[in-house]
Amino acid sequence: MNAPLLWIGIPLLVAALSLFIPNERFNAGLGGLTALSLSVVALFIPIDSALLIGPISLKISASLQIFGRNLTLTTADGSLLVILYGIAALWFFGSEAAGVARRLVPYGLGIIALLVASIAVEPFLYAAIFIEMAALLGIPLLTPAGQMPGRGALRFLVHQTLAMPFILFAGWMLAGVESSPGDFALTLQAATMLGLGFAFLLAVFPLYSWMPMLAEESSPYVMGFLFWGLPTITIIFGLGFLDRYTWLRTSAALSSTLQLSGILMVVAGGLWAAFQRHLGRIMAYVAVVETGFAILALSIQPPARALEVVFLSMIPRGLGLAVWALALTILLRRVDSLRFGSVKGVARTYPLAVSGVVLAHLSAAGFPLLAGFPPRLTLWEGLAGNSLLLAFWLLIGILGLLTGALRSLAVLVMAPEYSPWGLGETWVQRIMLGVGVLGLFILGLFPQVVRPLLENLPLMFIHFGP
Amino acid sequence: MTSTIFSWLAVGILLLAVPTLTVVRDWRWMLGLLAAIYLAVFLLVLQHWPLAMSVVKLVTGWMGTAALGMTLLNRSLDEDGRRSFFVEGSPFRLFGAGMVILLVVSATPRIEAVIPGIGQSVLVGGLALVGVGLFHLGMTSDVLRVVIVLLIILAGFEILYAAVETSILVAALLSAVTLGLALTGSYLILQSNPEVEEEEGLL
Repeated sequence: MNAPLLWIGIPLLVAALSLFIPNERFNAGLGGLTALSLSVVALFIPIDSALLIGPISLKISASLQIFGRNLTLTTADGSLLVILYGIAALWFFGSEAAGVARRLVPYGLGIIALLVASIAVEPFLYAAIFIEMAALLGIPLLTPAGQMPGRGALRFLVHQTLAMPFILFAGWMLAGVESSPGDFALTLQAATMLGLGFAFLLAVFPLYSWMPMLAEESSPYVMGFLFWGLPTITIIFGLGFLDRYTWLRTSAALSSTLQLSGILMVVAGGLWAAFQRHLGRIMAYVAVVETGFAILALSIQPPARALEVVFLSMIPRGLGLAVWALALTILLRRVDSLRFGSVKGVARTYPLAVSGVVLAHLSAAGFPLLAGFPPRLTLWEGLAGNSLLLAFWLLIGILGLLTGALRSLAVLVMAPEYSPWGLGETWVQRIMLGVGVLGLFILGLFPQVVRPLLENLPLMFIHFGP
Repeated sequence: MTSTIFSWLAVGILLLAVPTLTVVRDWRWMLGLLAAIYLAVFLLVLQHWPLAMSVVKLVTGWMGTAALGMTLLNRSLDEDGRRSFFVEGSPFRLFGAGMVILLVVSATPRIEAVIPGIGQSVLVGGLALVGVGLFHLGMTSDVLRVVIVLLIILAGFEILYAAVETSILVAALLSAVTLGLALTGSYLILQSNPEVEEEEGLL
């Protein structure tokens, strides 16, 4: 058995097969079980070392050679595979409740497989091409058959496509910088190219306009899936650059650039989220803020601490977005749009979905007892150690998020006084939302439960890590 | 010597085809020009890559063009013979494209100093595609044009990248991206409402 075949080849195969399955429930089950199985295998079977189960010896080799280059998944990547496929399983199981399983499972599984390929490919620089392929698969996901492609989807395509050339070319220039480190002009050009590439990929301020646009034209569930998957892997890809190039890692300019772009995203996204009147757009701005948090986390010193904060927020982000997106999709099936005017008072008929929206939003804002609290607290502590001014601006961004959450709550519960209470969600929706919300509380109250998964992640970055 | 002649011939094709592509309205002309651009890309990539690998660029590009063409053929557009051959604001577009090309030509010697050995013709061709593509991208929201422009920018990048990277895997992956982008474009065109799609961008 071969690790790239197992975690890239099999999901791609299942994705292709699921395109021909017309049944929503079967699709969701197939996608969810495939992702869950891959996650469990990554959890229990080590890569590249023999595992004895009775008389059977099982070994998953790490590399696969294609066209003279390697796809390699090592033991250090195991925890990331567990998290990626574990959260993907949650998304796929929830896709039936959201009514998008026939779209999400084939394309989503393909996207996850390509994102895993981007982690596995050597040299790591080629990851940009796999991320671009994943983005291309995102287009049919965002624009289902019979729906006009919106401006958001087009901009998404443009931004993700423009990112790839910048990053590939920057990678080539960085090799030149390594051989002549004193060449300031070359260093500046390479860093600018790299920065532009990542700015497009991560939708860094002001290149995030496609996110709120998508929120108005696409299903919140598929949008949430992309908002989770692409930035998560892009951050890992970015960490690869920091790990590989010493001069980049130790550059003071990089740290201040990360701080500036991160805080701009947090403050701008937070303030926009506070004043939106559309629940989908609010989620999009919160996704912008979450990416801002991750970028800010990268600037924390020492680097081992930065890695800890980045990885600590991975699971809460995935879980929070899944709950939020599912809840919005359930509401959208009942109302015309997610504008405040349309969702006013739906808490009386969809209390669980509304709870999901509000709790996921509060979690993203770092509200105590919820999953987002531990990573926000760690980030805040790390930033305050470097700069109190940054910590203050972080507070402004978080206050924006909290204001948005309170405004949403106020509108969602604003029903006529004697409206009857009811449970409009189906049983599947109730179970999925219940599990998700419970997860948000468990991660908030007992963050140490994910510690075994997170402690091995820094091993992926031998220079940047501990 | 022959190789140099061919490379400058390719640059000539590009400098004619790319600005023209920004102003023609008919999709048949646009796709014809795109096919010509891929021929020029092939000739420029041939400066650094062996023939067998360079041909991949040509074949992939033409396959992508064919995919777009077949989609547009099947869409059976309601043609309006009275509409002009050029889009509105053509003089401005040509002027803008001309300025970008001038900028590229004047900047080429300096860029060549950064990337030695790449060749002036390759630099002019690649940068002209990327530059005019980016300029045009800022002026249109039409699905077909956006996809064609993205293909052009990618082709420009591939010309430049071929000079510095000869990996077979990269060639294969970039071809897959080109084809994927064309297929994505075909899908988006199929989803588009013909009436809306014929509306031209911002000008």
